[in-house]
Amino acid sequence: MIRLTDVRKVYHTRFGSNLVLDGVGFELHMGERLGVLGRNGAGKSTMVRLISGAERPTSGRIERTMSVSWPLAFGGAFQYMLTGVDNVRFISRVYDQDFHRNLAFVEDFSELGAYLREPVRTYSSGMRARLAFAISMIIEFDCFLIDEVGAVGDERFHARCNHELFGKRGDRAMVIISHDAAYIRDNCNRFAVLHGGKLVLYDDFEIAYADFKELIGWKPPPGWPNVEVPTA
Amino acid sequence: MASTFQKQPSLYSSFRVQCRVLGALLVREMLTRYGRHNIGFLWLFVEPMIFTLGVTALWTATKSVHGSDLPIVAFALTGYSSVLLWRNMPGRCIGALWSNLSLMYHRNIKVLDIYLARLILEFGGATISFATLSLLFISIGWLEPPQDIMKVVAGWLVIAWFGSALAIALGALSHESELVDKLWHPASYLIFPLSGSAFMVDALPKAAQDIVLYIPMVHGVEMVREGYFGNRAHAHYDLGYVIPFSLVLSFVALMIVRWVAARVVPE
Repeated sequence: MIRLTDVRKVYHTRFGSNLVLDGVGFELHMGERLGVLGRNGAGKSTMVRLISGAERPTSGRIERTMSVSWPLAFGGAFQYMLTGVDNVRFISRVYDQDFHRNLAFVEDFSELGAYLREPVRTYSSGMRARLAFAISMIIEFDCFLIDEVGAVGDERFHARCNHELFGKRGDRAMVIISHDAAYIRDNCNRFAVLHGGKLVLYDDFEIAYADFKELIGWKPPPGWPNVEVPTA
Repeated sequence: MASTFQKQPSLYSSFRVQCRVLGALLVREMLTRYGRHNIGFLWLFVEPMIFTLGVTALWTATKSVHGSDLPIVAFALTGYSSVLLWRNMPGRCIGALWSNLSLMYHRNIKVLDIYLARLILEFGGATISFATLSLLFISIGWLEPPQDIMKVVAGWLVIAWFGSALAIALGALSHESELVDKLWHPASYLIFPLSGSAFMVDALPKAAQDIVLYIPMVHGVEMVREGYFGNRAHAHYDLGYVIPFSLVLSFVALMIVRWVAARVVPE
């Protein structure tokens, strides 16, 4: 279980203090997949960082009785000067895992071949995403934090990611952030909208999405959803 | 109050995690700093050795005035090795957190671990360099073996302790203010001639001695030299000053780390 109670986060900026999260609270159990909608800068990634424990809230409580991943497919956790193999070794040591077994999995999943032995800085963004995702999968967390996993990579990669996450690990808890509403609708069973520092929870995607669209001021064009694409 | 609740692990398992994390960070640091090209991690101590050899050669050539009858090679070796120890530690820790921010996503890795890993490397490099050059100079007869090796070790550890505490304090402060980085470079150059490396305290006038002995690393360097040369060094040092000083500085450093760790924002 993960429980956030009245979590507030304030950032001090040059133009004064910025209240990003204002009393956010929810509980997440095994098997629950919470999809979070919110516009750019709403504080979704901040919330994920707080849940991951990488950053601390200004006030409020975050309780975890299960292990929580770092934000998935997040390449920043790697050292770009090191090779893919070095990064696998580093993570294996930090989390006390069997390096050879992990390497075999990463080799198989990332399909990077000989590039796994080259520095990560020589990788394309798609290759980095593949390595990042593969490394994220070698540690068996109870709760996965997923921050825009679908942003890079090709169809095959997406399909394989979805199989690893929602097929093999469908029993875990997840917090999923995406600007792809369909991805959230298809893969989550709880929903939330983050706006103005407040998190509102929903059980039904359509209601959440309708509220979200209203909040961000999205107006359907006349005749929606049967709109003719204007031609030049 | 902000709090993050988790089960408390036992002290032993925490200790094992700590060792594992430091080990992983050490390897990572070595690989990123020295890579696998040419002599790789041997640079860890080859670099300080080149520094020390160069300074030794310069001081020998210019017959540097150091105000005692000690051989100049021995004087330069003990002096400059000490400088490398206390000066490189803060140098490596300043800004260390910025370049390792992404590691904060791994909850086992704490801010202090990043500094500790770099300090262990820096201490190792400077120590191996000092020991290797000592053995080299002794074997070719430029240097007498130390009279009291335990005193050399003790003096060396005093410098390392002070250097580490200073490094952690400045490293953590540098995460909050860029001024630390800007000011440390001139400060380290200005402290160098005062740090006891290029003079013996005994050679100074009494008034200057009193002032210079407020500088903590002077005590360590004097101790190292007494260990090497015995009574010939006429060393002046006071453990009753430098140990409480380092203790307080260590405490302050850990407080700053705690403060910074609570505010750190990973990228």
